[in-house]
Amino acid sequence: MLFTSYSFLLFVITVFISYYLTPKKYQWILLLCASYLFYGLVSIDYLGYIIVTTVSTYFISLKIHKINENKKSYLIDHKDFSRKERKNYKKKIKKQTKSYLTFGILLNFGLLGATKYTNFIIGNINSIITTLGTNGTLSFIDIAMPMGISFYTFKTMSYLLDIYREKHDAEENLFKLALFVSFFPQLVQGPISRYNDLSKSLFEGHKYNYATVRHGIQRIVWGFFKKVVIADRILVAVKAMIVTPDDYKGFYVLLVMLFYTYQLYADFTGGIDITIGIGETLGIKMAENFKRPYLSRSIKEFWRRWHITMGTWFKDYVFYPVSVSPWMLNISKKSRKKFGKAIGKRVPVYISTLIVWFATGLWHGAHWNFIVWGLMNGIVIIISFEFEPSYKWFHSKFDVKNKLSFKVFQIIRTILLMSAIRLFDVYQNVPLTFKMFGTIFTEFNFNIFYDGSLLQLGLTIGDYLILLIGLIVLYSISIYQETGSFRVYLNSRPQQVRYAVYSLVIVFIIVFGAYGVGFDSTQFIYNQF
Amino acid sequence: MLKKNLIRILSIVLLITILLSIQRLVVPKYMDDIVEGSLIETYYGEEKDHDVVFIGDCEVYENFSPITLWEDFGIKSFIRGSAQQLIWQSYYLMEETLKYEKPEVIVFNVLSMKYNEPQNEAYNRMTLDGMKLSMSKIKSIQASMTDDEKIIDYIFPILRFHSRWSKLEAQDFKYYFNKEKIFHNGYYMRVDTKPVESFPRKKPLADYRLGENAYHYLEKMTELAKENDIELVLIKAPTIYPVWYDEWDIQIENYAAENDLMYLNFLDLTEEANIDFRKHTYDGGLHLNLQGAENLSKYFGKILADTYDLTDHRSNNNTAEIWDEKSDFYYSMKEAQYFDLNKYGYLKNFGAKKPTNN
Repeated sequence: MLFTSYSFLLFVITVFISYYLTPKKYQWILLLCASYLFYGLVSIDYLGYIIVTTVSTYFISLKIHKINENKKSYLIDHKDFSRKERKNYKKKIKKQTKSYLTFGILLNFGLLGATKYTNFIIGNINSIITTLGTNGTLSFIDIAMPMGISFYTFKTMSYLLDIYREKHDAEENLFKLALFVSFFPQLVQGPISRYNDLSKSLFEGHKYNYATVRHGIQRIVWGFFKKVVIADRILVAVKAMIVTPDDYKGFYVLLVMLFYTYQLYADFTGGIDITIGIGETLGIKMAENFKRPYLSRSIKEFWRRWHITMGTWFKDYVFYPVSVSPWMLNISKKSRKKFGKAIGKRVPVYISTLIVWFATGLWHGAHWNFIVWGLMNGIVIIISFEFEPSYKWFHSKFDVKNKLSFKVFQIIRTILLMSAIRLFDVYQNVPLTFKMFGTIFTEFNFNIFYDGSLLQLGLTIGDYLILLIGLIVLYSISIYQETGSFRVYLNSRPQQVRYAVYSLVIVFIIVFGAYGVGFDSTQFIYNQF
Repeated sequence: MLKKNLIRILSIVLLITILLSIQRLVVPKYMDDIVEGSLIETYYGEEKDHDVVFIGDCEVYENFSPITLWEDFGIKSFIRGSAQQLIWQSYYLMEETLKYEKPEVIVFNVLSMKYNEPQNEAYNRMTLDGMKLSMSKIKSIQASMTDDEKIIDYIFPILRFHSRWSKLEAQDFKYYFNKEKIFHNGYYMRVDTKPVESFPRKKPLADYRLGENAYHYLEKMTELAKENDIELVLIKAPTIYPVWYDEWDIQIENYAAENDLMYLNFLDLTEEANIDFRKHTYDGGLHLNLQGAENLSKYFGKILADTYDLTDHRSNNNTAEIWDEKSDFYYSMKEAQYFDLNKYGYLKNFGAKKPTNN
């Protein structure tokens, strides 16, 4: 059931009506039923996985929470404990909770790993066997990845880790936890909400509120605009250029870079807009996942604005724990000794950065392309960190930091850099990606921009025009959003103006949307991660 | 509040009007090329008091002339035919027709019995898009859709044809408000001739049984006719292509006998109907030309008039006036087609392709 399919629209409308017809107290039960129905309709075969994740997380979290609660009361009852005694007791308890946490993590990441990475590992082992010239290879297993498993596993693991860290209480109602894990708008492509952020508005009932519902619908329509008018239209040209890469070298690769960048952006943010919009129509607030990333002036800033919930997840649950782990502290100590204070301080940060980006790449897919893509991001961030003194020197000499032209230059530089790295998403394998990227500098087929070649990519002049209009609208609204909410602005306009805008956008989507026959409206790209 | 609601309602009405206007623009007009696509919709503008209604595929709308049936027997008839009309589409067209009128006889061409499953969207569209929205249409859509099709695309064709915005042609604007009349009570006229040059080889089939689904709808048609006290006549038009197997014919004969229906296989009656495949087909045996259609109509008209005692309406002045007008249009088109044929050697202004010299 695609987000942009008629059946999904019908499903959402039915849930919406039923939700507000249900007494507030029971609305969350309706959402749970709807979520499981949605999951069942999409892939009934994989219902077992989400149930195992939910139930195991539930019992383990309760156990950890109970141990922590007992610890608190025990310490209150034993106020006379010395510091050392308290420390020893806490250590003992931590060991207990850690064992439960480890079990939970191994079980759930094990499920994710088994379904997502088994064949990747087998493929790599086979490559090694072939390279060594040894006879025999391992057979691939017939296993498919359950929809949304990367997203709901990350949600449940953050929940478990937060309980382990005593950030909040464990949910005592199994079915409420089940709703948190399976909430249907988030199942497809996130955002990866934290329990603390989502649970309150998810479980409490909501009265119909026209302003909130209007806000939500506006966001859904905006999401449709991005997905259907922009992303799915660019997809046609991107597909044409990557199916037979040898026919599309040189400046075509530059086009692939830029086209795919905006396709992915419109696709992913469009999907998130629909997700958050659905939540808003039900009065449920979700974490934002994007903050106009293509207005970023550096790659570091880009990653603070792009897929925010994933970035913060890795920061909170991988980067920080790795950075302060005993073996990393040991490395830090040794490197300070060997390379001096300045460099030695940076070594553990860089190692942690590379680990995080390796994991981020791996999370995106069981493919070397994603891993290299992740590492490239890490390397670029490290390089820019290393260049920071040079930047400082440059800015001390030239007062350009606040000049618009310099800001635009930085934005374009970031876009080009991210687009180049994104090429690993596009081509079939890593060597091919490097080869294709290299052709930009060796094959100067500038003629493709004026000899009609662009019209052989499945898009007409009209399509390019619609794309241009779409991107102008996208950027205009993004620029406006840097200082305020466009929806708030729109809602402050006279009713006639608002309705004229709604009508225009709806007509634009219906008429100029790239859907139906002739267009291969695919799943959202992030569905597969 | 009242003003707000008024603006809200007006905006919704305006939005719907804009979308409907765009829909009207982007849906194919079927006027300059595949004209068969606009056959079905012509029924709604007619007086609905026919004695005989034909339903079926191209073997009805190209092989029978309602004008001949009128002129020779005073029979008021209409052909609700469309290209590759499948039997469930015929059934639902029959159901819809019966909501408008109760003809004495409904004639169904049985070639579509060979199809047991939905075939393809292009042909579906030529039948379904011309129908007015009704439960019959919705049921017909559901029965006709192939796996990739969606019902909503039929109910709101803008969702299917929106991408034509960049391919709009002059005919989309020319026929935006009105379409020219090009059919004669559902008959598609062609006066040119292309004789049959060869007979098709009857490739043996693994299974000659007509499909269950096809039978199901034939039974529904039979029941519907009985319920409404209408005579259902089964025919197989006299066309050489596509192949009609004897094994199929026996099954239809048996069905007709079991259900007390008249069944005429005109392939066996070409001499009686004065059909000569050297002169009376315009495409080598797929469809009859005007002369062939007129001959067949004269023969069939007599059978209908005699068997079902149909009223001869020619003495009714009001009716005669309406049909005279139809006849005038018929003969003027006939003349225009002969003019084209003499001047260009083919029906240049009637959608025909220039013959290639082999």
